[in-house]
Amino acid sequence: MSDPTIVLNATAIQRALTRIAHEINERNDVSSDVVLVGIQSGGVPLAERLAGLLGGIWGQPVPSGALDVSMHRDDLDQRAAPTVHPTVIPFDVTGKTVVLVDDVLFSGRTIRAAMDALNDFGRPQKIQLAVLVDRGHRDLPIKADFVGKNVPTSLAQKIRVRVGEPGAEDEVALERNPHRLDSAADY
Amino acid sequence: MPWHRQHLLDIESLTAEEILTVLDTARAFKAVGERAIKKVPALRGKTVVNLFVEPSTRTRTSFELSEQRLSADIINFSADASSLKKGETLKDTAKNLEALNIDFIIIRHSAAGAAHFLSRVLNAHVINAGDGAHEHPTQALLDAFTIRERKGRIEGLNVTILGDILFSRVARSNIWALTKLGAKVTLCGPATLVPRTFEAMGCRVTHHLDDAIRDADIIHLLRIQHERQRKTMFPSINEYTQLFGLNKARLAQTKPDSLIMHPGPINRGVEIDSDIADSDRSLILEQVTNGIAVRMAVLFLINGGKGPQEIIPA
Repeated sequence: MSDPTIVLNATAIQRALTRIAHEINERNDVSSDVVLVGIQSGGVPLAERLAGLLGGIWGQPVPSGALDVSMHRDDLDQRAAPTVHPTVIPFDVTGKTVVLVDDVLFSGRTIRAAMDALNDFGRPQKIQLAVLVDRGHRDLPIKADFVGKNVPTSLAQKIRVRVGEPGAEDEVALERNPHRLDSAADY
Repeated sequence: MPWHRQHLLDIESLTAEEILTVLDTARAFKAVGERAIKKVPALRGKTVVNLFVEPSTRTRTSFELSEQRLSADIINFSADASSLKKGETLKDTAKNLEALNIDFIIIRHSAAGAAHFLSRVLNAHVINAGDGAHEHPTQALLDAFTIRERKGRIEGLNVTILGDILFSRVARSNIWALTKLGAKVTLCGPATLVPRTFEAMGCRVTHHLDDAIRDADIIHLLRIQHERQRKTMFPSINEYTQLFGLNKARLAQTKPDSLIMHPGPINRGVEIDSDIADSDRSLILEQVTNGIAVRMAVLFLINGGKGPQEIIPA
């Protein structure tokens, strides 16, 4: 278990994203109402990739933004302050169907924070959730609408996602988590 | 890089990396201030006391607004209204406030070291909002943020601080921050207000204005602090303006892209001429705007607990 196991390679990631794009297409009748918002930092390159794929399907550009949820987390006074990334949502979300995009769905707390953060930008008509990997262990009643791959994990493992890094193959790997502290809640 | 400090007491003890962490974090908080909804719940349920034992309008207002935008609850204490006037010691005042289960104390005090003292006797997070002529860390951080935003960098820039250096906590905190971040700092003003001893902090000291501003990228003006001067340090205000006041003609002899900063309140016609204070070379109002973002960032970082930043990075 100390060696990382490759869960998805670059081809499998691309295939999963293509399938998710088609599922988003199936689910949403009015394509012009759909906008994508990637959660910082892992969800942002995925949202951009999905926006490109959906743009190809719909024949029109699909807006894509980036949302940082650090200021809305529920554990801010329990651990060192998180690194805050920029939030860039260059479109109005009010009345839209926002597809939140993240790399890994775990406790669900990040998604809870993201829905809160999104409300500061407007009132979406619907929020849907797309994730590349669902690793289980939910703390909150949150479920993804679109899942690239379900990966059963133990709490002593972690999922490492690498997407869109220059000079490196896209890859999702399952590895042992050296920092695991059993008392702490996880994102 | 993760931040582990529980207080912000001075710039002197911060590393360059820590300063940059504040500046990076402040960038995200500046964006919050530009939204329709300018409030985030990061400090929800936390209580902040603004203990301003020495008068202040702009710093206190800036802290208050920062705290409100982080959803904290606020109590304001000012010098004349507080029991300090009735003979209570600072420690007792602070202890009484802490007994109300407050989480943060922002302190402005005329005695150097007041914030350090409180951080030793209280469990609450302490932020120094100016202690005597010692330090004013959030001012230096917002100045560094403003320079970095406008110039894209701080390293290698020539920054001239002009005026009453001796009595200025803003100057001291700025010198620490700027030299740590790799700027070349020049100090200028009357010899009585800019003693050579500042060279020990890594600055160049000159008493000639033209020499001080010729190669400056940033000209940082300071107000003459009459309230801190126990005796007259120069013959007259008029002479000060003649020798050290910044005006159009003098600005024209500096680099074409040099910028002017001032922590406020400005004395028009004394250290700065009205027309350049209002010109596009002046960053004075940007400093005010950035003050909110930087103070929000400091509160946000200090609020962090002792655990590791992320347990499961994915």
